[in-house]
Amino acid sequence: MDSKVKYPTPQGNPETKQFWEQTVAGKLLIKRCTACGEPHYFPRTLCPFCFSDKTVWEESSGEGEIYTFSLMRKSAAGPYAIGYVTLKEGPSLLTNFVDCDMDKLKIGQKVKVVFKTTDGAPLPFFTPV
Amino acid sequence: MLAKATPTGHKNRWQEEASAESDLSIKGKAYLAGIYEHPTRHAPDKSTAQLHAEVAKGALEDAGLTKADIDGYFCAGDAPGGVMAMADYMGLKVRHFDSTDTGGCSYLVHLGHAAEAIAAGRCSIALITLAGKPRTGAMPPRATGAEVDFEAAYNATTHNIYGMCAMRHMHEFGTTSEQLAWIKVAASHHAQYNEHAMLRDVVTVADVLNSPMISDPLHRMDCCVVTDGGGALIVTTEAIARSLKRPLVRMIGAGEALKGPRGGRDLDLTYSAGVWSGPPAFAMAGVTQKDIKYASIYDSFTITVLMQLEDLGFCGKGEGGKFVADGNLISGVGKLPFNTDGGGLCNNHPVNRGGMTKILEAVRQLRGEAHPKVQVQNCDLALAHGTGGLLGVRHAASTCILERV
Repeated sequence: MDSKVKYPTPQGNPETKQFWEQTVAGKLLIKRCTACGEPHYFPRTLCPFCFSDKTVWEESSGEGEIYTFSLMRKSAAGPYAIGYVTLKEGPSLLTNFVDCDMDKLKIGQKVKVVFKTTDGAPLPFFTPV
Repeated sequence: MLAKATPTGHKNRWQEEASAESDLSIKGKAYLAGIYEHPTRHAPDKSTAQLHAEVAKGALEDAGLTKADIDGYFCAGDAPGGVMAMADYMGLKVRHFDSTDTGGCSYLVHLGHAAEAIAAGRCSIALITLAGKPRTGAMPPRATGAEVDFEAAYNATTHNIYGMCAMRHMHEFGTTSEQLAWIKVAASHHAQYNEHAMLRDVVTVADVLNSPMISDPLHRMDCCVVTDGGGALIVTTEAIARSLKRPLVRMIGAGEALKGPRGGRDLDLTYSAGVWSGPPAFAMAGVTQKDIKYASIYDSFTITVLMQLEDLGFCGKGEGGKFVADGNLISGVGKLPFNTDGGGLCNNHPVNRGGMTKILEAVRQLRGEAHPKVQVQNCDLALAHGTGGLLGVRHAASTCILERV
């Protein structure tokens, strides 16, 4: 369903280089601060909660549930479903829902990560379990 | 969910102290001496810089001042080339300037900042301009931050990001499309009297529900218009305002705030930064929601209005749907007349930034210069509030409370 919707190649930067290297391997990384214990997304070097630099990469289970979504119909490339997923580990992230019947999406629905290729590093998307 | 949705958990020492400090410095210090809304809604024959200059000229003429009087200038991301280029283009010589850009609410933020500058003696006659041409051609892309690979990559647009807010609000509070539609209906009732409004037809709840779905659950008529145009303000001291011939309108309360996903913890899209910009504005003004006779509420989408009314305390969280229904926002009909120019939903949303027009109509109401069919009787206290950026991601909010002296 998402074949016609164009997704840009992640540009990356020194701070997120490892994140994009791992999406190639099918892994979704989040950051966790070892000082305050809080996970966050998207990844920063300094914890956005306690501002410690003791942040480490952690592989997410890739499992979560739909916090909210919207089915975007006004799109030249065809409709797509955008939404937020709250990961089992805690952080919520913005994504698109793919490989599914978009009309049947529901808030609270269980989803899991799937990676789709761009011209560069793969982007994490989510699909209903 | 409710406990998490309330702002209480996010309160900090800074917020509790802010209102008392501001109270001493800017309450009643800034007078809105000149206003102007460009009559155009489609300007393929004008440049963007020209529109800025035309609205500046219009506001100066309204105030009874000249360009040489201006010693402070405020503009945002819509000013081509930024504050240096625009000041030079218009031939301004200023001793204070501010190019804070918080999207559509920039001009409300500017009004608060102009009050700070005036109170501190940094300038005495400030000009604030907004102008642009999104109806004629695509707007230049907005600068992105560290989030770009993680958010913009997913084709996040204004429509679907606000759609996500509406979807969650409906899920948590049972808000309906019919209730959202009443906001558009109210705006259309006002717009019918505005000869410059882009959309002047009165619409019904059914019309809104039958308009095409753009991004669930928002229909086309839940969305604002896209217009070319602009507006400007002249903000000055009490002494100068009293020397001019226009009715006296001053700002007595201001608040501003930022909100974002902040690392994705406790994501809650059911409230906006208005929960933080509103309280200091009300505290500074020393008034309550019940005292407000007229409210300009940013209406990029119907859901924007509903959430902001809740966040500003005009009704409880989750009660916005009931509050806006049955014409409660229609002047002469409901308890809280809003956006009597037709707002962004029907009248004008120049440069996709609605903060300026929110101030303009609030000043017209306080002067008694709104259209007679929508003029609120004895309108001596008004509120103008806006959200800039993206409600469902990161955004700013600004609340200004204005009174007629």
